[in-house]
Amino acid sequence: MPDLEQFRRETRAWLEANCPLSQREMVVEFEDRCWGGTKWKFVSDDQKRWLEVMAARGWTAPDWPAEYGGGGLNKEETKILREEMNRINARLPLFSMGLSMIGPALLKYGSEALKRQHIRNIVEGRIWWCQGYSEPNFGSDLAGLQTRCEDKGDHFIVNGQKVWTSYADRADWMFCLVRTDPAAVKHAGISLVLFDMNTPGVTTRPIRLISGKSPFCETFLDDVRVEKDQLVGTLNKGWELATYLLTHEREMIGSIGQGNAGAGNLHDHAVEQIGLAGGELADSAMRTDIARWEMDNRAFELTAERITDEATAGQGVGAASSMLKYTGTEINKRRHELLVSIHGQRALAWEGDAYDHGLMATQWLRTKGNSIEGGTSEIQLNIIAKRILGLGKE
Amino acid sequence: MALVLNEEQRMLKDAARDFLSEHAPVSQLRQLRDSRDALGYSRATWQQMVDLGWSGILVPEAQGGLDFGHVGMGQIMEQNGRTLTASPLFATAVMGVSAIVQAGSLAQRNALLPAIVAGELQLAPALDEGPHHAPCRVRTRLEARGDGFVLNGEKQFVPDGHSADQLIVSARSAGADADRDGISLVLVERTAPGVTVERVVMADSRNSAMIRFDSVALPRAALLGEPGAASAVIERLTEIGNAHLAAELLGLSMEACEQTVAYLNTRKQFGVLIGSYQGLQHRAAHLFSEIELLKSLVIKTLQALDAGSAEVAVLASLAKAKAGEVATLATNEAVQLHGGVGMTDELDIGFFMKRARVAEHLYGDHRYHLRRFAALSGY
Repeated sequence: MPDLEQFRRETRAWLEANCPLSQREMVVEFEDRCWGGTKWKFVSDDQKRWLEVMAARGWTAPDWPAEYGGGGLNKEETKILREEMNRINARLPLFSMGLSMIGPALLKYGSEALKRQHIRNIVEGRIWWCQGYSEPNFGSDLAGLQTRCEDKGDHFIVNGQKVWTSYADRADWMFCLVRTDPAAVKHAGISLVLFDMNTPGVTTRPIRLISGKSPFCETFLDDVRVEKDQLVGTLNKGWELATYLLTHEREMIGSIGQGNAGAGNLHDHAVEQIGLAGGELADSAMRTDIARWEMDNRAFELTAERITDEATAGQGVGAASSMLKYTGTEINKRRHELLVSIHGQRALAWEGDAYDHGLMATQWLRTKGNSIEGGTSEIQLNIIAKRILGLGKE
Repeated sequence: MALVLNEEQRMLKDAARDFLSEHAPVSQLRQLRDSRDALGYSRATWQQMVDLGWSGILVPEAQGGLDFGHVGMGQIMEQNGRTLTASPLFATAVMGVSAIVQAGSLAQRNALLPAIVAGELQLAPALDEGPHHAPCRVRTRLEARGDGFVLNGEKQFVPDGHSADQLIVSARSAGADADRDGISLVLVERTAPGVTVERVVMADSRNSAMIRFDSVALPRAALLGEPGAASAVIERLTEIGNAHLAAELLGLSMEACEQTVAYLNTRKQFGVLIGSYQGLQHRAAHLFSEIELLKSLVIKTLQALDAGSAEVAVLASLAKAKAGEVATLATNEAVQLHGGVGMTDELDIGFFMKRARVAEHLYGDHRYHLRRFAALSGY
């Protein structure tokens, strides 16, 4: 395929010329990864420039249609772009729920007007989107949600409370699941609406986790006015969109990179901390635990790759995202348990410069949420059992 | 390289599945066991496999083979894991062919490979001397005498050792019992004077053998590869074997899982299908996820073998270790989730459990391969 080879050559040359060297370094701090939005403070001119040049080509969303601002690349070209970015360790120029969640949903279900209004802003990183899903009494049982959305003629009024809203305090807009038909059976009366977080009646409060501060917030919605044209898809048919979005979220959480503290090979940490005896790790029980983890992690990485390849080839099973989410998060939890074991009490220090202010401990604790957020491991197993294995149908 | 089968490989997989489920299902193994068959496999089925070209999948075209590669052979092995078909496929068409392709002289390749393709020659690798895989622990001695050699010692757990025409024997020409250097490979006629074969029927109803060599005289031409330098060949040979055993264990695990899920969707207790209970659903779903992980390691390893990748050593151990763990889980869960009927010989599930353990222990169980992986990774 000469065209693809040419595309690869041109892409490689363009990236070499346009990706600032600082944007090829490993992401260490949260701010190193650009989330965009009106409140975003760029940590460097390079970060800003990298976003701008990539967004100008639509390459923050390479496979979205060019007419709305996306890159318009096909699957093969998108893969080549990713490979070439990985080749020089280029950071993603933009990382957001706009790109990973609401953007794809708008392209699939949104009206032409909604696409025109929002897609280009997502591509260019102008709006930070947050997700209004879980409620205090409706977590795993998401479809029971009670936030009410009433038809007031030319607009809607929304009342209720959302929880676990990531970055609600920094976000510009929310995509929010609401109940539009209280009389219908629970999955049938749900809709997805969009609103500006500056709308009167929207307030947020941060949640402190066992790992310390967190991006999560509670969001209170009191008589919030939502314009009618901000309904995505069909009224009362929002559950289909919700499950579509959850699929994207699962893939994102399942593929979440390793923490910053304790990056790199697990066995390198162990060799450094515990040492070798006769060429083997001096703690033989630990050696087996690490080898088993590295085996499972390699298998997981290859499985993520295989599922993508199968999708490209038009093969594969549905509900694969549940399997990836379940295995990926459980493996990540095991990684951090092993890191704590390898580093011992040092990993459990909570304060002090010498211990990175408890970075290892906070990351270890944070991973406990991986198998809860975006649908618990148990919910994923329910989905696999029901959708793939066909169990419990009666 | 994309981790999917190409069209030819997919067709071979489908053909293998159709053939084996029609002509060599688990009931064939059961019948061979119950009749205490002297051979331990069906000669007619093996001839059909030969006719399908399976004996030549890994043989180069120059020697009359199909040269279809390890991904292709892996698909047959995977399907073989579903039907538990006993045949010379693994010992001869995977291990025997690979040994000769790796180490054989041109004369040996030209003489032996076409005969294997034609179904006229069966081989058996005789590598281990104890119950745990230890390729360098070789006490069988190969000593020079006149123009040739003399062989003394004992090999254990030789797959197809009682029925193969020739044995591929690792023997020490120099060094101490566990040295890596000083090991040679020789071809020995099973019926040669001084060779004693004791058939050992394993738990999986397949053939193994204990073989003694008492002053067996061998010509110079019996040597396979360089004398004293066979360790690297044996290493690669067992990597190939383990990749294909992992493929077999993958098929076996999938079949055990599917039969169990089908049972959960049939069996009623307390007036409902037992598959409606979350306690059982989660165990089945967890098993399914583990099998998905194994699937990726197996195809990656087979592709790496075909590509001649340097990563084969690591991948083969990862694939076999994971295969051993997953097949153990799959068969243990299959028995438990079937309940009492899972313990009965009447159900096939027991055959899967027995085969899973025998296949895992051949050329190293999961602990062996986790240790090997750690050593290869520098810890």
